[in-house]
Amino acid sequence: MSVIRSIVAIVVALILQSLLAKAVGVARLPVDLVLVTVVSIALLYGRVAGLLGGSLAGLAQDAMSGGVMGIGGLSASLSGFLAGFAGTQFIVTQSGPRFMLFLGASALRSAIFMGLYSLLGLRRFDQPFFDLALLALGNACVGVVLFWAIERRPGVSARWRTRGERRRKGRYR
Amino acid sequence: MALPDTTRRVRYLFVAVMVGHILLISTQVSPRPGVTLLQASLVTAMAEIHRLASVAWGSVWNVWDGYVALRGVRADNQRLVQEMAALRVQVQQERAAFQTTEQLRALLGLRANVPWKMGGADVIGGGASPEFRSAVINRGTDAGFNRDMPVITATGLVGRIVVASAHAATLQLIVDRSAAAAAIVERSRVQGVIMGNGDGTLRLDYLSATADVQRGDRISTSGVDGIYPKGIVVGVVERVEKSGRVVTVVPVVDFSSLETVLVIVDASMPPEAGGPAAGQAAPGGPVKQ
Repeated sequence: MSVIRSIVAIVVALILQSLLAKAVGVARLPVDLVLVTVVSIALLYGRVAGLLGGSLAGLAQDAMSGGVMGIGGLSASLSGFLAGFAGTQFIVTQSGPRFMLFLGASALRSAIFMGLYSLLGLRRFDQPFFDLALLALGNACVGVVLFWAIERRPGVSARWRTRGERRRKGRYR
Repeated sequence: MALPDTTRRVRYLFVAVMVGHILLISTQVSPRPGVTLLQASLVTAMAEIHRLASVAWGSVWNVWDGYVALRGVRADNQRLVQEMAALRVQVQQERAAFQTTEQLRALLGLRANVPWKMGGADVIGGGASPEFRSAVINRGTDAGFNRDMPVITATGLVGRIVVASAHAATLQLIVDRSAAAAAIVERSRVQGVIMGNGDGTLRLDYLSATADVQRGDRISTSGVDGIYPKGIVVGVVERVEKSGRVVTVVPVVDFSSLETVLVIVDASMPPEAGGPAAGQAAPGGPVKQ
């Protein structure tokens, strides 16, 4: 069930991102809803879900944007995996740590993406730090709000408690 | 000490996914024409979802715009916009033909540019990744659209097709970081390469040290890159920094209101071939922006 939910969430995020991008036109959209979804999946379901969800989402973004297939997939899957890993190692039940987690995952994703494209000589990034920071902030804000909304759903708090107990017993992946 | 079985499996999976992506990237880095099967399949699948989402969204707004808010006015407006856009395309084509006639055929004895065969398409989505400036249109190879075909509107250059599937295509907008086109300054005939900055503006690069470029100069395609035909307006020079020869250009196309585009299917079709003449879109979409 979590697999279907994750796939549906990624597809919905792709559509929303595309519609938002069309709405704002050429202006840079300072949020990547797809990455926010991947990190959320990683936090909810663990690092394997983050890895596979990131891979799927990144590949779909690559295909739909006409970029090199795999660069977005690699960067998003790595971000998803590490976000899921961080979610099991640190307490991220408060907004502050979550904000930092989304911020870090977004910055990592952008750094890998830009690094690989620059390394292969396919794109030029002149002074990318402002864009990178803006995108990371946008993602972190949307991520925190999204997670706040998710936690309002019944059953989610119980899952978090179960997960915390598993972590304490050292059985959580 | 042996690792727990779960941890080991996760590690194997992680390595497999990473290696898979690296292999996938490596298959595409070497220049090779065409589109991968995976890319085409994903674009096709997502395009169908896009189409449904776009239709659903469009239906809601159509009810509001067409019947509730602006009953009657919208239809008139659409007709006028279409007429105006068609006339703009015609003027643009005629201007290109005039330049060719005056500067190439009259002086060098070359043949005049022949009309372009074009097809219309609606923009149904934007870029799925914030790093790219791209758009999705609702027609693909079924309408004769293929990779690297130039895309324009009534006002000027939009970009080119980078992925074409059966019923949809992805456009790389000219303002994307990796987009480029051979360009010419219309006033001084200086040639260069127009490139996207990724922030909505363009820059004119590869100019000679003595190039004559001024603020307000109009930039159009020069046709030497083999993708974009000559004479399509790209933008207007906004700023010239003499120190580093940095020329910033503002695109003439308003990408925030991009609804319908024209794809140049054949830029060298002779008039007697019987296709649509310059400035006329092939069936498939109204001309508006």
